[in-house]
Amino acid sequence: MDLKLTSIEPSPAERAAVDGLLGPPAGAAALRAERGGSVLRAQRHRLLPALWALVERVGHISPEGLGYVARRLGVPPAEAYGVASFYAVLPLAPMPTAHVAHVCVDLSCRLAGERSAELRARLAADPDTTVVDSPCLGLCERAPAALVSTPGAPPQHRLEAAPRREVAQRGDASLVLLRRVDVVDPTDLDAYRAHGGYAALRRAFDIGPTEVLREVLDAGLVGRGGAAFPTGRKWQAVAAQPARPHHLVCNADESEPGTFKDRVLMEGDPFAVVEAMTIAGFATGCEHGWIYLRGEYPLAARRLQDAIDAARAKGLLGADVMGRGLSFDIEVFRGAGAYICGEETAIFNSIEGYRGEPRSKPPFPVEVGLFGRPTVVNNVETLVNVLPIVQFGAAAYRRVGTESSPGTKLFCLSGPLVRPGTYEVPFGTTLRELLALAGGVVDGRPVRAVLLGGAAGSFVGPDRLDLPLTFEDTRAAGTTVGSGVVIVFDDRADLLDAVGRIAAFFRDESCGQCVPCRVGTVRQEEALVRLTARRDALDVPGSTAGDLQLLRDVGRAMRDASICGLGQTAWNAVESAIDGLDVFGDSSPEEGTE
Amino acid sequence: MTTQPVEVARRTVALTVDGQLHHAAEGGTLLDVCRAAGVDTPTLCYGDTLTPRNACRVCVVELEGTRTLVPACSRKVEEGQVVHTDSERVRHSRKLVLELLGSSVDLSVTDGVAAWNERYGADPARFGPAAAPAAAGERDAAVTGEHHLPDPAVAATVAQPPKEDNPLYVRDYGKCILCYKCVDACGEQWQNTFAITAAGRGFSVRIATEFDVSLPDSACVYGGTCLAVCPTGALLPTAEFDLRRTGAWAPERQHATTTVCPYCGVGCNLTLHVQDNEIFKVSSPSDHSVTHGNLCIKGRFGYVHVQPPKRRGPDGPDR
Repeated sequence: MDLKLTSIEPSPAERAAVDGLLGPPAGAAALRAERGGSVLRAQRHRLLPALWALVERVGHISPEGLGYVARRLGVPPAEAYGVASFYAVLPLAPMPTAHVAHVCVDLSCRLAGERSAELRARLAADPDTTVVDSPCLGLCERAPAALVSTPGAPPQHRLEAAPRREVAQRGDASLVLLRRVDVVDPTDLDAYRAHGGYAALRRAFDIGPTEVLREVLDAGLVGRGGAAFPTGRKWQAVAAQPARPHHLVCNADESEPGTFKDRVLMEGDPFAVVEAMTIAGFATGCEHGWIYLRGEYPLAARRLQDAIDAARAKGLLGADVMGRGLSFDIEVFRGAGAYICGEETAIFNSIEGYRGEPRSKPPFPVEVGLFGRPTVVNNVETLVNVLPIVQFGAAAYRRVGTESSPGTKLFCLSGPLVRPGTYEVPFGTTLRELLALAGGVVDGRPVRAVLLGGAAGSFVGPDRLDLPLTFEDTRAAGTTVGSGVVIVFDDRADLLDAVGRIAAFFRDESCGQCVPCRVGTVRQEEALVRLTARRDALDVPGSTAGDLQLLRDVGRAMRDASICGLGQTAWNAVESAIDGLDVFGDSSPEEGTE
Repeated sequence: MTTQPVEVARRTVALTVDGQLHHAAEGGTLLDVCRAAGVDTPTLCYGDTLTPRNACRVCVVELEGTRTLVPACSRKVEEGQVVHTDSERVRHSRKLVLELLGSSVDLSVTDGVAAWNERYGADPARFGPAAAPAAAGERDAAVTGEHHLPDPAVAATVAQPPKEDNPLYVRDYGKCILCYKCVDACGEQWQNTFAITAAGRGFSVRIATEFDVSLPDSACVYGGTCLAVCPTGALLPTAEFDLRRTGAWAPERQHATTTVCPYCGVGCNLTLHVQDNEIFKVSSPSDHSVTHGNLCIKGRFGYVHVQPPKRRGPDGPDR
């Protein structure tokens, strides 16, 4: 490689930030270019952490700072710039103030109405704070929400949101996944063990990896991130791969608007995530576990890191886990504001220090994944389900839920509900029962619509409240459980505003790699803006029928021809609002379009 | 001179394309099969000397058993595949890709687009009149994850002034479809210079140097490998760019002559593209066993000893 590196020196603070992460440069020669060949190239995965270190310390990435990172890691400056500019929370220019407030403008916070405007106005009134719009911060039960960041040593993060809510079902004996949340001190390993912690790992060691695989397969566990792929099959495929090492990635990039269940688990029961990953690593032959955590979850990052450190100190992670000969350790890797990085192959590129663009499949991650190795990627909630499966067996696990959707599911309830929050219910619970658990709609107002599965999911009308929430029933009804998002819109809600926001969200979050998604999400938003303007009696070119047909045409191409799930689902919610909720008063799809 | 690389004999697989049984070497792609069978398949981001990026999606085909369409350029052949290249689903997505690109990018000098638009009934104008071009540097300053609310009267485009920051070639990104070929060719696939990257995200993605510094301040070594792979005329030698800009472009008065580069002992083939007895571009055949279409700065641009450079006044080059 022919590296042309900038000779402009970084500021002392920038140098300290990067050296704090990478260690001091090796000798005077390294001031010009870091030496090390293959050793240096093996450090590429530290690119995003190094860029993060700059932003946390000085608030932005300057050309000098970027140049220094590039020099230390032997990465071409242009490539480092391509990576830095991919992420929304890595500013490339100085922020004018000491604090930056990321104010959520997504669905649940929009439903908070005036309180949202008040929060924004209050933050903007501070001359030392710059207000920037943010997609969903995963604080929907506390809407309206903002995350205020202050760079420095150490950096500070402050949440501005409604008061924290304890899990409403706290203490309910039927809870499986949430049973320790808000009951057991999440920072205390001994308390975790006293409440059943590490019993599952002990049983895993007793029965061996093959039996663990069999239990997970027999339990019928499927992924909880939205795609519902059978976890046991994924594990078996990786376990059977001869190439070594294998990698385990815990997908904690929870960014689907309206989703916050994984945050509740990670903040409230971080040792469960660590133990479940250890079992997954044991069963699939992975020595390295990565938690890809979205950058906007500073508390979860701290809790997980503390849990990992505590577990390692007690021999529950490391070269010889529990003295049973298993070598397994976990690293927390922070994302930086990119919904697309929740896509399983985009995670790999992001960790490896490349732009978080999804890869073409095949090859699938179980064959060629992180660093080109066989890789298991599981959502946080999926992994935590492994604990009861291994501890009590597949048969016991299957006693709850339905035949095709066994077990329990976490749902993220937000919108105008009496008690919004995370709820754990057996699969098969109806939407009506779920809303009742949350105390129903505020002031007893009627439900106008429910968004299931988030921005990539779909709207259902009040006629579907008796829909049992299972994979099979939602699929048959043309909707999805997705990641467990349930956003409620009452009769006062502006559904067009919500649909427009979903379109804007996908436009912002498209990685831009493939044409159907990159341009399709733009044309989709433009058509919705025209349709909405027409509703408001503004004079815009074209016709309602023409724009609806355009949406259907673009949506179908995005669904059929996009590389990854983002583009393939970017039209789902919009379509369901047009066809199911009749938001434009002309719902009939034209012949032959579907 | 051409040499045939020695390859290990590969197994063949049988697959069905549009109802016809075909046999193809394992490891090949559906596009290879389509081309061998004479099934015309549009491609834009595909390059014969590069690893497919399958970014443009204009080559998608229907593969039975898969939920979505698959890109022919990168999907490997497998035993028993059943492929449809002209189904209604395929035609719809190809049409939409052409419309989406045609409405947002200047494809006026892209080979094949006019015929494909005709064939698939694509109407890029359907999204409304094009928005005004961006000012110089505006797209490069886009903030990731943000955009302005769309103007309901117009369709967004990537139109912007060309970047002319060096004497050798022009970057006219209003014509860029983001096929990534220049990035891959400048980077690990050929040149190993890594002067450019895809920057930003979504519709704001652009090909850029670090912090959009000018090419002379970047790592660029002017081998022009990027020019050789650009499918849309977004990257052009300055001489060709000026011919097109001044309206002097006259394909009927052009011819190409292939010769051997006189500079060093490697012996790269040069193809001199000439109009009115003046060289406006130098390329190398992409199937040449030494160059694979690549050249260095001397081969690509060092023809001043046959033809002194023109002076450029405020109105363009002196003719």
